Amino acid sequence: MAHDVLAPPAADRGTTPEAPVRRVGRATPYLFLVPYFLLFATFVLAPAIYGLWVSLHDWDYLLPGKPFVGLANYQALFDSGSAVFEEFWQSMQATGIFTVASVPLLVVIPLGLALMLNRAFPGRTFFRAVYFAPYVLGVAVIGVLWRFLLDPNLGAVNALLGLVGLPDASPWTTGLPWAWISLVAVTVWWTIGFNAVIYLAGLQDIPRELYEAARIDGGGKWAEFRHVTLPGLRPVLTFIVINTILASSNMFGQALLITQGAPGNETRTAIMYIAQKGLREYNMGVAAAMSYLLTLALLLVSVITFRLLRDRDAS
Amino acid sequence: MNNHLSRRGLLGLGLGAGSAALLAACGDSGPSDKVTGGQNAGPAAASYSGPNVTLAFWNGFTGGDGPFMKKLVDQFNTEHPNIKVTMNVYQWADYYQKVPAAVATGNGPDLGIMHVDHVATNAARGVILPLDDLAKTLNLTEGDFSPPVWNAGTYRDTRYAIPLDVHPLGLFYNKTVLEKAGLDPAKPPATADEYMAALDQLKGKGVAGHWATPFPFTGQMQFSTLLWQNGGKLFDEQGTAPLFAEQPGVQALTWLTDLVKNGYSPKNVAQDADVVALRNGKNAFNWNGIWTINTLREDKALQWGVAPLPQIGTQKAAWAGSHQFVQFKQKAKDDNKLTAGKVFINWISQHSIEWAKAGQVPARKDIRDSAEFTALTEQAAIGTQIDYLQFLPATPGIADAMATVDTAVNEAILLRKEPAKALADAAGKAGQILEGNRKKYGA
Repeated sequence: MAHDVLAPPAADRGTTPEAPVRRVGRATPYLFLVPYFLLFATFVLAPAIYGLWVSLHDWDYLLPGKPFVGLANYQALFDSGSAVFEEFWQSMQATGIFTVASVPLLVVIPLGLALMLNRAFPGRTFFRAVYFAPYVLGVAVIGVLWRFLLDPNLGAVNALLGLVGLPDASPWTTGLPWAWISLVAVTVWWTIGFNAVIYLAGLQDIPRELYEAARIDGGGKWAEFRHVTLPGLRPVLTFIVINTILASSNMFGQALLITQGAPGNETRTAIMYIAQKGLREYNMGVAAAMSYLLTLALLLVSVITFRLLRDRDAS
Repeated sequence: MNNHLSRRGLLGLGLGAGSAALLAACGDSGPSDKVTGGQNAGPAAASYSGPNVTLAFWNGFTGGDGPFMKKLVDQFNTEHPNIKVTMNVYQWADYYQKVPAAVATGNGPDLGIMHVDHVATNAARGVILPLDDLAKTLNLTEGDFSPPVWNAGTYRDTRYAIPLDVHPLGLFYNKTVLEKAGLDPAKPPATADEYMAALDQLKGKGVAGHWATPFPFTGQMQFSTLLWQNGGKLFDEQGTAPLFAEQPGVQALTWLTDLVKNGYSPKNVAQDADVVALRNGKNAFNWNGIWTINTLREDKALQWGVAPLPQIGTQKAAWAGSHQFVQFKQKAKDDNKLTAGKVFINWISQHSIEWAKAGQVPARKDIRDSAEFTALTEQAAIGTQIDYLQFLPATPGIADAMATVDTAVNEAILLRKEPAKALADAAGKAGQILEGNRKKYGA
């Protein structure tokens, strides 16, 4: 069947180069994009533009008056006397701390893991599954699980530390910097498998011959890693770094469930604060403005990362 | 008699329809046009004899309370062949986001339950309908309930909610732990002196007797209770100014913080660790909500009891929540549904002794006074606090300002800030939030 459909145009093209098929063919890529574009426009583009409109108003979708306030919602974010200034920037700082602490670990550890899991050894498939397994769990499951384990007074973690003679009263969920250590560690444990699998796929794409060539040239293991593995992984690395930065900056569930933003509001991330302002207090205008500021910041970081990784590629 | 009622109902229908037409004539038919008492002034009756109607009833009874409400709904449906109530249950947090959105798009349920501190916000946002007529028709007054809980259901002198229950804090205690420390498990402490003496005795036996939790559940509720017991107020009557950073509040938070400083509580108590420790025999007292009854009951080996909260301050007071019935605004007004809904609210209210068994204190006085209720030992013990329960002022968005209190309690009990400073910082923010809300909802 497929042959019957495809065969005539192929034959046509050979005989009559200016056939109408070509004009149809020009639209083909766009036609293929239409279904996705429709979804994208409905669920991303339109809401994003609408959000911009919302951010220019004092917006509560149920109140009749939605006064236009111009850029006041944005100005409030930069006015140290406003009701949202201090808490918004504290939440941005929380997001920043978490991202800076978690991204390097989530880029480096899965790489090491992937290198190990790429070797041939008995039980390899088993270990691949083991490291990937936590990623299958939902954030609610891992959140509640670790909240119990990390409980400062009753949790298993402190109890085990006590057994081996280490300090057994660390406030893993209620004090600093422990709360950050917990959130980063739990996230690394939870998502390590995802990045590792991507690395693993990237490693398997690197041509064997390059390693052979390196060996013939007398390069050691380190030289192989530096001059073959890393350059071969660069496209994958770019994806992983940007993807991990974005995922970490969107951290929500872990802090909501494990620390509830405590101590004080120290571990309340930007997304948590935006959700509170917009969805609980119905101040959707200012919440939309915050979202745009966060988006802008993430865009900037992504572009810088992309540039850094690409430039090195060019040299 | 039926005939008479149906005629009155019909009359009411006419009136209701008339006022609906009047409202419609006013133009704005969006979900948030100001709803007046006139819109449903007519149809409120003790019985419904119109055509068959189906009512959607939404609530957040996801726990052990759900099946009790379902049973009541089923019984109601059997007794009222022309009214069919279907019940949908959501997590409360989802519920409060879902319901306004559903009402805004015209797909809202007919009936629902709301916590008392959500009533004013939803009234101001045009999500729920006035119920003054229901109270009038059924001759319901504060005397039939209890003044604090009855008055909590009004916003700007209009009633929007009919109380179903109250769920106060109570003093839960582990009898085994008390006995081991040489305390009488049949006589839990009731005054500040007795309470501190008990804590001292427990401390002597190596037990931290009152785990002070820094989290809203129930740390903030304990703080509010103590503030009220010291004669203080969280906000002024209109909910325009925060008062929680004044002396009674500072004293209250200092008392809680001192529990940690003096070793009556461990540091860094995590969410729910206080009640878990009570069950494990590591904690003696826990000021927790009445809903804890069901949790502790599951623990067959646990010897526990519950009493009214001790009076630490100069007067008696206790934090409480309250589930209240509300009717939601519809795209098109249907008087039959409104009347049937009111019949349902009234019927459940009259049968709320069944609801008490789910671990609640019924709001209705005649039910609270019944022998059947006093037989529910635990609920009855907590229920004795009914006349000095405290609720937040009926100000839209008051919960937004309470979030700052949550933070202050957290910072103080985790010993990161002095109580006075934590509360003063929070009051500054709360003042700004209240001012913003006044602008938003109109003063």
